[in-house]
Amino acid sequence: MITAALLGNPNVGKTTLFNELTGANQYVGNWPGVTIEKKEGYFGKNIKIVDLPGIYAMDTYSNEEKISKQFLQREDVDVIINIVDASNLDRNLYLTYQLKQFNKPIILVLNMMDVAKAKGIEIDCDALSKKMGVIAIPISATKKTGMNELKNLLKSSNFFDVINDNDYQNKNESFSFKNETEIYRHIESILRECTKMAGSETITITEKIDKVVLNRFLAYPVFILIMFLIFQFTFSWIGQPLSVVLDALINDRFVPWLNDLLSGRSEWFSSLIIDGIIGGVGSVIVFLPVILVLFLGISFLEDSGYMARAAFLMDKIMRNMGLSGKAFIPMMVGFGCSVPGIMSTRTLESEKDRKLAALLVPLMSCNARLPVYALFASVFFPGKQTVVVFSLYLIGIVMAFIVGWIFDKTLFKKDEEPFIMELPEYKMPEIKSLLLHTWRKGESFLKKMGTVIFAASVVIWFLSSFNFDGLTDINNSFLSYIGKVINPLFVPLGFGHWQNSVSLLTGIVAKEVVVGSMGVLYGGDLRSVLPGFFTTLSAFSFLVFVLLYTPCVSTVATIKKEYGGKLMALSIVYQVLLAWIVSFLVYNVGGLVLKLFA
Amino acid sequence: MSINDLKVGESAFISYVGGNPKLAKRLKALGYTEGTKVTVKNSAPLGDPVIVELRGFDLALRRKDAENIEVRMM
Repeated sequence: MITAALLGNPNVGKTTLFNELTGANQYVGNWPGVTIEKKEGYFGKNIKIVDLPGIYAMDTYSNEEKISKQFLQREDVDVIINIVDASNLDRNLYLTYQLKQFNKPIILVLNMMDVAKAKGIEIDCDALSKKMGVIAIPISATKKTGMNELKNLLKSSNFFDVINDNDYQNKNESFSFKNETEIYRHIESILRECTKMAGSETITITEKIDKVVLNRFLAYPVFILIMFLIFQFTFSWIGQPLSVVLDALINDRFVPWLNDLLSGRSEWFSSLIIDGIIGGVGSVIVFLPVILVLFLGISFLEDSGYMARAAFLMDKIMRNMGLSGKAFIPMMVGFGCSVPGIMSTRTLESEKDRKLAALLVPLMSCNARLPVYALFASVFFPGKQTVVVFSLYLIGIVMAFIVGWIFDKTLFKKDEEPFIMELPEYKMPEIKSLLLHTWRKGESFLKKMGTVIFAASVVIWFLSSFNFDGLTDINNSFLSYIGKVINPLFVPLGFGHWQNSVSLLTGIVAKEVVVGSMGVLYGGDLRSVLPGFFTTLSAFSFLVFVLLYTPCVSTVATIKKEYGGKLMALSIVYQVLLAWIVSFLVYNVGGLVLKLFA
Repeated sequence: MSINDLKVGESAFISYVGGNPKLAKRLKALGYTEGTKVTVKNSAPLGDPVIVELRGFDLALRRKDAENIEVRMM
C-alpha cells in the first residue's frame, strides 16, 4: 500500500483532482480535535490518497497547517502530490519549497496550464523538474488534459528515486534560506529560467466581472439579489416544495400504512413507532430536500468564486459580532432553518469563526417559529401582526450582535485569527464536484437522523406518554409533572401556567410543536382560550422566549455532530439564560413603561 | 506610508511588514516580501476591507492589518 499526501494552496483545483483520482471511493471524517474535514480515497487498489487542507505555507501557525505538518511527519507518507496553479507559480512554489524539507518524493502537478497559456505564460516543465528536484506534470483538471500521465505515473510508482536525482545537487538548500525574501528570490530566479512571459497584460474576465460585482453602487444590490435567489431557491421554489411532498408521503401514505401494519400490536408499541419515532425523526427528515438544495447553492457560490466576494462585502458588518464576512451565509440560512445554517459554518475559514457562528445561528428566527408567532400575533396583536413578527426577527439579530460581541471578547479571545482572504478568479463550477459535495452533506444529515434525533425522539415520546401508572395522555404524563415543577421559573416572565411550561418543553423537539401541544393542553380553540391566560405583554414576553430559548433537538444534535458535546452544552445553557433574561426585561420593563403611560 | 495611504489603482513597493507576528508571517509566506510591487485594486463600498494585488493574485485585507504593511512609491 502506498500513501500519497495531496497538498496545495486553496483554489488551485485540489478537490477536483482528488475527485478525479478517487472517484466515489472517498471517506470523509474529521481530523482529531479540530473541525477540519479529513478526506481519504483510493486510487486503484494500492494507492491511498489523503487530501490535506488547502494551505499557503507550513509554518504560519494555523490549524490547517499543523494538521498537514503532523501528518507528513508522523504518518508513513510515501509520496507528496503537490498541486500548483501554473498561472501563479511563484506563490505556489513557496509551499513546494517547504514540502521539500520532509525529504519525500514530490510530484508537482501543474494545474490550470490552459489558464497560464491564456495569460501568455510558457512553462518548461522538464527544466522545472530538474531545477526543483521534483517530477513536474502539466495538467488541466477541468479540461481533463494530462490526467493520464499522472495516473500512469502513480500506477507505476516510479517516483522513489527522484530525491537522488543527479541534477538536483543541492539537496538541503531549502534549509539554508534565511527568510521568506530569500526563498522568493530563489523561486524568481528559477522561474526566470524555466518560464517565458509573452504579451502584455490584458483585462481578464475576472476583472470585468468584479467591475460590476464589486462596484461601489452595484455591489450590495447584486449581493442581495444573489442571496435572495439562493434563499428562494431553497425555501420557496425547489427545496421546500420537495419537503412538502416528502412530508405528505410520510404522513399520508407511510403512517396510515404503518398504522394498518401495527393494528394488532399493543397500544404503547404503535404509539412508540408512530408518535415517537416517525413523529420525531419524520418531522426532521423532511428537511433533507431543503438541505440538499441549499448546499447545491452554497457549493455553487463557493466554487464559482463569488463567495469570497460576498465575504469581502460583508466583512465590516459581520466583524461587529466577532465573525468574518463569510459567516453571513450561515446566518442568512438560519432564517430558514438552523440545521443547514450550522452545517454550513464548516465552510468558514477559522475554527473560531465556525464555533462562534454555530452558537449564533439559532438566534436567527427560523421558519419553525413562525406558526407560534402567527398564532399569538393574530390573537393579541390584531392588525399589528407584521410589526410584531418583524420585531421578533429584529430582536434575534440584535441579540446575535450582542452575544457575538460578548463571546468574542471572552470565550474566543485567545483564538483571534488574522483575516486574509484570497479572491480567486471566477470559474464555472464543476457539476461532479457540486454533486459530490451536496451528497456528502445529505449523507451526514441522514446519519444524524439515525442516532441523536432518534434517541431524543424516543425519550420525549416516553416522557409525554407515560406516568407511574403506565400509558397516559400528555395532561398527566411525566412531562406534565416536569412542567409543573419548572413552572415557577416562568412566573416572573408573566406566563407562569404549567400548560405553557409543558408546551415549551415539547417545543424542544421542534418549535412549531409548541402550538400543537398548547392545543392539547388547553383543550379548546386557542384563539378564545389564550386571552384568559395571557395579557398582551405576557404574550409578547412568551414570543420572545420562544424566539430565544434552547434550539430544537435537530439543531442541538447538529451542533454536537459538528463541534462536540461541550459546544452543544454551551449552546443550550446560554440560550435558556438569554431567553429568560430578555423575556424578564420585556415583561418587567415593559410593564413599567405601560404603567407610566397609562 | 502604508498600503492604506494608497488610492485605488495606485501601486507601490513593500518596504516592511510589521504588526501581529502571526499575520506578518502569513503575509510574507504569501509573497509580501521586501521590494515586491503591490497594487490597491479595490476597496469595499463600506471602505474596509481593501483588495490588494501582488504577484498576480488578489487578497482581501482589513484596513487595520493593511496599516502594518509599509510601502514606498516607485
